[in-house]
Amino acid sequence: MDNLLPKKVWATAALWFMVALYGIPVLWFLLSSFKPAGELFSYPLTIFPKQPTISGFTEAWTSFDFSRYFGNTLIVAVSATLITIVTSATCGYALAKYSNWWLRAFTICILATTMLPGEVILSPLFLIVRDLGLYNSLAGVVAPSVITATGTFLFRQFFLSVPRDLLDAARIDGSGELSTFIRIMLPLSRPIIMTLAIMSFQWRWNDYIWPLVVLNDPNEFTLQIGVASIVGAENVNWSVLLGASVLSMIPLVVIYLIFQKYVMNADLSAGLKD
Amino acid sequence: MAESVPQSAGRANETPARTASRRWSRRRTRRHDRYTLAPLLLISSNLALFLLFFVWPAVIGLGYSFTSYTGVGSAPFVGLDNYQRLLNDEAFYAALVRTLIFTAAVVPLTYVASLSAAVLLVSPYSRGKPVARVIFFVPWLISPIIAGVIWRWIFGENFGLVNYVIIALGGEAVPWQSNANLSLIIVIIAAAWGSTAVNMLMFVAAIKNVPTAYYEAASLDGAGSWAKFRHITLPSIAPTSFIVILLTTLHSMKEYALIQAVNAGGPGTENNLLIQYIFTTGFRRAQIGYASAASFVLMLLLMIIAIAQLVINRRKDS
Repeated sequence: MDNLLPKKVWATAALWFMVALYGIPVLWFLLSSFKPAGELFSYPLTIFPKQPTISGFTEAWTSFDFSRYFGNTLIVAVSATLITIVTSATCGYALAKYSNWWLRAFTICILATTMLPGEVILSPLFLIVRDLGLYNSLAGVVAPSVITATGTFLFRQFFLSVPRDLLDAARIDGSGELSTFIRIMLPLSRPIIMTLAIMSFQWRWNDYIWPLVVLNDPNEFTLQIGVASIVGAENVNWSVLLGASVLSMIPLVVIYLIFQKYVMNADLSAGLKD
Repeated sequence: MAESVPQSAGRANETPARTASRRWSRRRTRRHDRYTLAPLLLISSNLALFLLFFVWPAVIGLGYSFTSYTGVGSAPFVGLDNYQRLLNDEAFYAALVRTLIFTAAVVPLTYVASLSAAVLLVSPYSRGKPVARVIFFVPWLISPIIAGVIWRWIFGENFGLVNYVIIALGGEAVPWQSNANLSLIIVIIAAAWGSTAVNMLMFVAAIKNVPTAYYEAASLDGAGSWAKFRHITLPSIAPTSFIVILLTTLHSMKEYALIQAVNAGGPGTENNLLIQYIFTTGFRRAQIGYASAASFVLMLLLMIIAIAQLVINRRKDS
């Protein structure tokens, strides 16, 4: 029994040491974003802003076309997420509940997309999107990014766990294959839909390289490109950069706080290990 | 499954074998037709996207890698010229070596960090787990660009918190931005910091799946915490470890946004990684043919890494 207390102390200390490592950079960043520009670099540094201000935020919002970036990013993230859910759910269901040689072959093809990511085929992909007339459009950002092995396999693993009897019963009742999927199977997979929704939203919200390749017109820029353009400037305006960065994170943080449990309970390695 | 249903129905009715088999085959044909159309329809959207945005670019990318295409006009065939040039391109080698160093540092760091976080989150001894879990997860929400900015801010040479603390403790300002190796270290830390959350979740799930009976038996034998971790936990979560290492490796090999935000591959071009090299040649200099060749070398590398890790994993199992 006397062995237990030191263990508790050690484990708790180690846990909170790690919490500090992961939390302090963000905390320092957040606190700094409330400092006026003059205070950011004045020594000695203080933990809390002496004169808290939101001028960094307002300046970021007005000096860049921030509301437009927000709107564009929202359009990309929402539409990509909706399409991702539809394609992943249908495909995952087919891979789980039907057996054909070409379905098994396609399963392997989908797995291969994780090994050979989009970055590797960046320039030819760009040419195709350009030839399809999607260059400089948000549709061009969305279209190539909706196919995801993680999403497809999340649904596949889930539908494998749905008893076959349910499907057989629906068939005996004369329900068509597609209507069985839409009326019975899809509602069952609600937790997976939520998990993939938040994951996909995060992916697309935070995407950088592909939007950068496709979008050339500042009116179509997404948030990440906007923020990166502040970082890339000769003299970084830290006050604006801090404000812009924090603003760009808010939507995701809100969504995460609401839908936490769907991420925390997800088996993200679904399908990749057997 | 679909085949066994009619068979047992035939047996129950005690119909002659011939009729049963005929009915069975007829039924199978009908079912077969029906079940071709439905799954085909269900996978059609993914299949179309896969062909359009994955197979097609891969094929034309391979094609262009044998040409000197610039994105417009004709694509003169140059044979293996691009690949030969790559072999002699010092900038390419520098990017490749830098990428390998980066990956070799990020993977073990991410592995240790995410496994430690998971162990501490599952441990019955630690306190404050719900809060800790949320904080560990915050970096997942932060985009690579913003993560880069956060670490650049904390490691600023003249204004960063880290140098301020070092100076306050009597040390000298460390050139985090102007020294190439120190600069890379920041990117490595930021990368491991950013990829911990997802891997930690996988480890938490895996550790929770280890049967508690193993630990109880080991306790009876007088095994300590470390022995239990080493001989029960680690072997039990080996499949997850494999996935984490594989995915982190593949991910690190194609890092771009993070390093762009931390130091834009600088100072100078010293920390240019492969994707930056490909991006610069392909889009800034419009040498699509040459960039395609570099892409295929990267793809080959990723495949070799994936296959090598699979083989090592298989061998360990047997």
